[in-house]
Amino acid sequence: MTRRTFSPGRALAWVAMAVFVVVTVFPFWWMIRTALTPAADIYTDNASLLPENPTLINFTRVLGLTTEAEARAAGGSGAHLNFAGYLWNSIVYCSLIAAVQTLFCAMAGYAFARLRFPGRDLVFGIVIAALMVPPIFTLLPNFIFVKDLGLMSTMAGMVAPTILMTPFAVFFLRQFFLSLPRDVEEAAILDGNGPWGIFWRIALPMSRGPLITIGLTTTVWAWKDYLWPLLVGRDEENRLVTVALGVFLQQSPNTQPDWTGLMAASTLSVLPVLVLLIFMGKRLVQSLNFTGSK
Amino acid sequence: MSATKPRDDRRAAWWFLAPVLVGFAVFYGYPAARGVWYSVTDYNMLNTASYVGTENYAKLFADEKFWNSMLVTAWYVVLNIGSQTLLALGVASLMHRLTRSVVLRATLLLPWLVPNVTIGLLWMWLLDTNLGFVNQLLHTFGFDPVGFFTDETWAMPTVAGINTWAYTGYTALLLYAGMLQIPQYLYEGAAIDGAGEWRMFRGITLPLLRPVLALVLVVSMIGSFQIFDTIAVTTKGGPVSATQVIYYFIYQQAFKYFHMGYAAAAAICLALILGLLTAIQMRMLRASRSDLA
Repeated sequence: MTRRTFSPGRALAWVAMAVFVVVTVFPFWWMIRTALTPAADIYTDNASLLPENPTLINFTRVLGLTTEAEARAAGGSGAHLNFAGYLWNSIVYCSLIAAVQTLFCAMAGYAFARLRFPGRDLVFGIVIAALMVPPIFTLLPNFIFVKDLGLMSTMAGMVAPTILMTPFAVFFLRQFFLSLPRDVEEAAILDGNGPWGIFWRIALPMSRGPLITIGLTTTVWAWKDYLWPLLVGRDEENRLVTVALGVFLQQSPNTQPDWTGLMAASTLSVLPVLVLLIFMGKRLVQSLNFTGSK
Repeated sequence: MSATKPRDDRRAAWWFLAPVLVGFAVFYGYPAARGVWYSVTDYNMLNTASYVGTENYAKLFADEKFWNSMLVTAWYVVLNIGSQTLLALGVASLMHRLTRSVVLRATLLLPWLVPNVTIGLLWMWLLDTNLGFVNQLLHTFGFDPVGFFTDETWAMPTVAGINTWAYTGYTALLLYAGMLQIPQYLYEGAAIDGAGEWRMFRGITLPLLRPVLALVLVVSMIGSFQIFDTIAVTTKGGPVSATQVIYYFIYQQAFKYFHMGYAAAAAICLALILGLLTAIQMRMLRASRSDLA
């Protein structure tokens, strides 16, 4: 920053920036505000920034904490909702995929970067070529495959295609391991460490940053997953939040969706990533330098 | 042991690679091959797939719905990528010249973290014809309510606008990261020469950002071609077929009508287009060479 002096141009630029921030944040505010509004008020109380009669009933009823009669009285359609359960499923789904995939891709990335074995570059090239296959293409055969294996409506079937690897994570972590200084590892070899010892005791601890980056990015993408869980995890017991939101909307009568309930459920689907953003915001923002421009 | 003997980690290496290679073979390689095979069969998930040659492709190229979905997708990509890239470029340059605030950057990232399903629902509510905030606002200013999702002309621009809203912040941050790589002294020198902000943007930022811009453009276009979630939640391809994008077309052929072979053929067409686009765009923008290197 060379100049910090006031100028009309800079003031205008700040105003434009502020408008953009408001446009970005306001819809979320309106979502929360609607979630806190009693369903009966929705026709009359929709002009102010805060609800006139704030209530938590929409949250308790979508979380499945009220009786069916209470939920119906508060504007629900009577269909059973259990967003506490769906949130839990989503958290399990994301954690499993992020943790296991990151570890396996780190192992492979390390092997491609550091170990010497015949056919290394060829195998790496083939794995990376998968980056060019659009997901829809493998989606249909994978669906049939998972169905044939009898894994429909199981967590195993839902995580199967992504838990072992994604080409991007392998590529990203290999690039990182290539950039690690070799001398530490060479010292460890002279100390009698094998590849496993070096990987666990030296390479992994030195790569905390990139591992967290990949883990976080994977978590966010898994949290947003919709199509695959929609196909494989339709059942109530293993429904993810995204799938459950879609089902909730369909259950609503066409004439007038249960907006207060829908917005409460939407708020719940945002909360976990909001927490992630508050605690890991800096890391997430920095990860964009990593994954985006290289 | 001697350090001079060439190392061979063959045995360890296959253990390191085993999970990823299994994952690759079972969920990428094998299904890709199966996808090609399905595209030349009449498979419907209940029968045994039998070879039909190029019949699926012939039918596809004669199918008006397929061409319509291609056209609709192209329209979406133009609307979405056009508005999103321009806006993101604007926001990124503003940020670049104004502040390095991490809080601001994290705020702009918020919509990117949220599932597209949630975003679709959120905007269905904001744009609801009767009760939605936006239509209330239009009403206050004396306009008639707009059926954003139910009007054939409005539906696609609405969906494109929603995704522009959701991904502009993220795209801006990628461009911003690219701008940070431009040496600061170039701006200082230009300022001494009396160049204004606009001239600096045209003369320094834009040309030096080109490789990053090209990359971001390619990546977001490839994402844009695969739009599905927002449409599956909001318009379901309608009204009529105004938002029947190619991904939704494939989805319906496969999982509504169980025309697996037909859907696989359409998926291959999409894959080819995506590959071709990447190649053309890379060449057009000469992205392989960085002006800074």
